[in-house]
Amino acid sequence: MKYLDEYRDPRVAKALLEKIHGSAGRIDREIRIMEICGSHTVSIFRAGIKSLLPENVRLVSGPGCPVCVTAMSDMDRMIALASPPDGTDTLVATFGDMIRVPGTKTSLEAEMASGADVRIATSPLDAVMWARKHFEKSVVFLGVGFETTSPTIAATVLKARKSGLKNLFVYPAFKLLPPALVALLETPDIAIDGFLCPGHVSVMLGADAYRPVAARYEKPCVIAGFEPIDILLGISNICDQLAENKHEVANAYGRAVSNGGNVKAMGILDQVFEPVDAPWRGLGTIPASGLGFREEFAAYDAIRRFGLDSVEAGSEPKGCACGEVLRGLMDPPRCPLFGKACTPDSPVGSCMVSSEGSCAAWYKYSS
Amino acid sequence: MSDNIILLSHGAGGKKSSELTEKVFLKHFTDPALLELNDMAVLELPPGRLSISTDTYVIDPIFFPGGDIGSLAVHGTVNDVAMSGARPIALSAGFVLEEGLSIADLERIAASMARAAGQAGVRIVTADTKVVPRGAADKLFINTTGIGVIPGNLEIGGGQASEGDRVLISGTIGDHGIAVASSREGIDLTTPVVSDSAPLNGMIGELVASLGSDIHVLRDPTRGGLATVLSEIASHSSVGIAIQESAIPVRDTVRGACELLGYDPLYLANEGKLVVVAAEKAHEEALRIMQNHPYGSDAVLIGTVTGERPGKVVLNTLMGGTRLVDKLSGEMLPRIC
Ligand code: SF4
Repeated sequence: MKYLDEYRDPRVAKALLEKIHGSAGRIDREIRIMEICGSHTVSIFRAGIKSLLPENVRLVSGPGCPVCVTAMSDMDRMIALASPPDGTDTLVATFGDMIRVPGTKTSLEAEMASGADVRIATSPLDAVMWARKHFEKSVVFLGVGFETTSPTIAATVLKARKSGLKNLFVYPAFKLLPPALVALLETPDIAIDGFLCPGHVSVMLGADAYRPVAARYEKPCVIAGFEPIDILLGISNICDQLAENKHEVANAYGRAVSNGGNVKAMGILDQVFEPVDAPWRGLGTIPASGLGFREEFAAYDAIRRFGLDSVEAGSEPKGCACGEVLRGLMDPPRCPLFGKACTPDSPVGSCMVSSEGSCAAWYKYSS
Repeated sequence: MSDNIILLSHGAGGKKSSELTEKVFLKHFTDPALLELNDMAVLELPPGRLSISTDTYVIDPIFFPGGDIGSLAVHGTVNDVAMSGARPIALSAGFVLEEGLSIADLERIAASMARAAGQAGVRIVTADTKVVPRGAADKLFINTTGIGVIPGNLEIGGGQASEGDRVLISGTIGDHGIAVASSREGIDLTTPVVSDSAPLNGMIGELVASLGSDIHVLRDPTRGGLATVLSEIASHSSVGIAIQESAIPVRDTVRGACELLGYDPLYLANEGKLVVVAAEKAHEEALRIMQNHPYGSDAVLIGTVTGERPGKVVLNTLMGGTRLVDKLSGEMLPRIC
């Protein structure tokens, strides 16, 4: 892993920063760049990048943390799975941060403490293992994530079908990234000049996926990796484009991202799931922005199997400004609850729960 | 088959219990105080103030590259006792065993504890075993309590850092955290990382003997990592701490694994690293002593105690920026996006 050093070299960083100051200096207004992905937000804070940028370059955090954008209605249904209405013995398997996100009344963590079988999985394969071990239970994997994680979960479903596993289900709360960008750009008041596009999602999606957005809305979209220099490269490219009045898709993460993306993985995804309208925290329902099971795989759909459609949709906690934060309309410290009622140790909103949430990152690195 | 695993009756206090004690524990724990099999141990202590510490070890997996729950339980408590500048003397060990645990594993762990205690020069003088039904514990939990004696009138503690002091670390950070995470999550690293689990009392003994009251704070950055320990020192001592990212030693593989998982090395657990806050005039000598010790050969200076922003730790990043470093809150979890 020696190669990482080149992406941390202070001299390279200095040169890039000079470039950014140069091109930003040619633009006499505020430049608002949205980093869509939570991992970018965290890296930006960790490397102290904000303190090095020109005054007119503002980085705005976007909605790209799958835990943060999970709607309250989905949260409540997932929690309901821990003790389903029909009394089935379930084992809920989930990626870590989800357990702490508050639902309307309770959280997975609280259900866990009162006896529900909720387990933290580090990969969907854990769920397969648990389903094999616990025939007496229905094992439900909470499918939360963008194009990065959804293909592996689709592959897990295929695997379950192949091996005839009958007690494994998935709650599909997946999100697709490109429709969210469109929804953001269609929202009034959000002045975004360019997108810093996420590295991991783009490995799957490919650079081409951003071309329609860049062309239609005339916004530069630049894919960047997660090392500090990757991020500076991305910002520098966006500033250059803005200075020259361009709006192209550029790939500053060529070592991992191709134009066409991971065709095989996306094919697997497409085999199991199809786009459906999906609710996002803070962004409302976005057309064709989520994934639902194709009819052929309906047997694995936890929503149908456990009749979760009937779970009442709850509303977001009072005073929580996650919606504004996720749309880049408000910096976290301006939320009245930030750092007071809402801290990483007792979070009110999802943006403070997830280690990749913007509120958690602001709290952790700049309070 | 049932001969090879822990049964509930191994904890019932009867014949099976004594059998387990004899076959496993007494084979490895041979301290004369313990061999008397009383419910307590009677010890002679040198003069000085007593340092006492207890910790309970629950770790998954129980065997990991570079160590196991047994050696960890010994090192962890020996180190905690020593952080006051004390010389650790004796340990107690309490075991909670899950029904079904393999006796061979238990024996491996007991042997490893005996070895670790021998290396650290502490005695295991009393022990206790309980067996709980399957599912009530995860394989085994170990509690160790340690006592030690603080020589002279040393005042070493988290509240003793003062402006101008230097902050040193005994070597690379995050090795233990990544060793455990990669073996738990089945991640193959090109170069495997082994835990740094080690007793630090030897190195501390030398530092204290040579520099005495010029050593202000000693801490081992275990759970919560270097970031959490420094934040705690900054707030206990009401001082600011400025550290240089470029100076903090991190192995390439650890850094690579962090990139993969979305971890921050500053928050990863260590089990054999020492943070020393020493008076400015003594820090070079402290570094030299650490570097001459097998567990401190990579020791470096990483920062300074300042009068600015009391209670806060400021990191000067590689990029030339700055950011605050806070305590860990919640668990560190692999990223999902
Ligand atoms: S500070 Fe808490 S309540 Fe406010 S927006 Fe962030 S997560 Fe929501």
